[in-house]
Amino acid sequence: MSKVLDELQTMYRTMYLIRRSEEEAARAYSQGKVGGFLHLYIGQEAIAVGAEAAIEKTDYVITTYRDHGVALARGSSPRAVMAELFGKDTGLVRGLGGSMHLFDAEHRMLGGHAIVGGHLPLAAGVAFRARYMKESFVTLCFLGDGATNIGGFHEGLSLAGLWKLPVVFICENNRYSMGTPLSRTTPLADLTVKAAGYGLAADRFEGNDVIVVRDRIKLAVERARSGGGATLVEVLTYRFRGHSMSDPGKYRSAEELEEYKRKADPCALARNQLVASGIAEEQIAALEREVEAQVADSIQFADESAPAARSSIDAFAYASGSSV
Amino acid sequence: MRQLRYRDALREAMIEEMERDDRVFLIGEEVGHYQGAYKVSQGLLERFGERRVVDAPIAEAGFAGLAVGAAMVGLRPIVEFMTWNFSLPAFDQIVNNAAKIHQMSAGQFRIPVVFRGPNASARQVAAQHSHAVEAFYCNVPGLYVVYPSTPRDAKGLLKTAIRDDNPVLFLEGETLYGIQGDVPEVGQEELIPFGSANVVREGRHVTVVSFGRPVPMLVKLADQLEQEGISMELIDARSLRPLDTATIVASVKKTNRCVVVHEHWPYGGPGAEIVDRIQREAFDYLDAPVLRASNLDVPMPYALNLENEVIVTPERVRAAVRQVLYLD
Repeated sequence: MSKVLDELQTMYRTMYLIRRSEEEAARAYSQGKVGGFLHLYIGQEAIAVGAEAAIEKTDYVITTYRDHGVALARGSSPRAVMAELFGKDTGLVRGLGGSMHLFDAEHRMLGGHAIVGGHLPLAAGVAFRARYMKESFVTLCFLGDGATNIGGFHEGLSLAGLWKLPVVFICENNRYSMGTPLSRTTPLADLTVKAAGYGLAADRFEGNDVIVVRDRIKLAVERARSGGGATLVEVLTYRFRGHSMSDPGKYRSAEELEEYKRKADPCALARNQLVASGIAEEQIAALEREVEAQVADSIQFADESAPAARSSIDAFAYASGSSV
Repeated sequence: MRQLRYRDALREAMIEEMERDDRVFLIGEEVGHYQGAYKVSQGLLERFGERRVVDAPIAEAGFAGLAVGAAMVGLRPIVEFMTWNFSLPAFDQIVNNAAKIHQMSAGQFRIPVVFRGPNASARQVAAQHSHAVEAFYCNVPGLYVVYPSTPRDAKGLLKTAIRDDNPVLFLEGETLYGIQGDVPEVGQEELIPFGSANVVREGRHVTVVSFGRPVPMLVKLADQLEQEGISMELIDARSLRPLDTATIVASVKKTNRCVVVHEHWPYGGPGAEIVDRIQREAFDYLDAPVLRASNLDVPMPYALNLENEVIVTPERVRAAVRQVLYLD
């Protein structure tokens, strides 16, 4: 198989892993095994996966509370992600963070952050290190369209622009900030016009084709890595589920949702691309069976793991020690 | 020991720590070319260059958050707020990010950031520039909060803060910057640990516990009360979170009476916390209810005569001391 096809297959595999993990997480939530908020990434898989394909393992990623897809794309263990949703000691952050706060230092995943816009200045700070230490890593920062009106967005972009920091802000515009359509939160049709105010480069495109996402994000990553500064990228997408599990999504029509599912399902699109490229149906089905088994294993692992440890309550409020 | 001003002691601590560790840098408004709004960072730009003394635009949430992000990946920022009042636009960054990321990540990411600047009133700067913020921040697990009142403590605590792997909120006093005091000679390194109170003055009749800016005023008051036959023990908590309960309780067990003096507003806060710890741990030793003397419960007025009334006064402390001694 060609390298190109091999990469597409790998990306499809990860997208399918995210899709099926999310569906099973939703099921576990309805069974009461997952508590709190659960924000699903279904419909947006091409963005996390395409962006991951555009960077190196030594680069950093930071994201919002809709973070399962990014963690899995980075390479976090599906078992540890699911166990975290279940509030188990084997979870990625030992049951202390839950769905919205997946951190994975080993994979340079700097967290899911649950105050809208609050993590953009953090991303600027991570990128600041590259400038300070003269290192070549790039930072990707995912945000939602709902974040583009709050202060953290503007101050984060402001500093990234001022100091030409190597960071790419990826706005996943899924057209609704929670239940409110974009048309009622901003007078702008194109969010990237905001980049100009801070001296950032900008790009904007439909984000359902994983190859397009990869190639366009790569341009911004290369700009950042070569000293060209930060970029605000607006990726148009659509979430197929509610804002969180408690949201029945009554603010949009069933027709609209069906239309997107039919035309813009990133997983279906990637699968079709594989078929069109001559990959045998049986080969794709085998890959999907492999993912099914992996997801089932993650659920079983989460189910059977010990609950979060009582000792974790006190263990992490403060870091012990100092740089002395 | 040599004499040093409080602001120079702070500067010395930063210089020593920046020379010791290349990961330490200073960021804030006017810290570089302007030489610091209160001249704490005077000369640092010339010494360390723009890489490590970073003038930030007026964007507290931005540069406070930037510091937290930089700390997540191994740098050790010192953030100067021109005053702690300006930390309020960055409240979310301090409370939701600096304080919580270590715990939320189960210890995978540390946040070694020092946030520092002058706290409370700088005299006649009115309500929006006069807030004493310790009551907000002491309520947040994951943060350390310290508030030195002397040049020696300023230097020794700041060095400890810079080396600590947790976010430290370092409160200074605009009206403390000019005071002189003993500081160990250069080369005699002193790191003052958090959670250790200082018995400024020993006494027999009453314990007065305070921290930060009221402390120099209380030293003078202790002299006056001495002449009136009242022996006042003065404890400077220095570190508000963690708080040295043992030293405070031991003193109260000795004097059996206590007044807590603070500049933050009377509703809650470390002042009330200290009272609570005393009543729990020294109840049987108390000969009078523990009283507090604090700012009056109103936003800070501008006019000097009004401000002098609102900021905790020696007269109010004296009245409280006399009350716990049943002298009035």
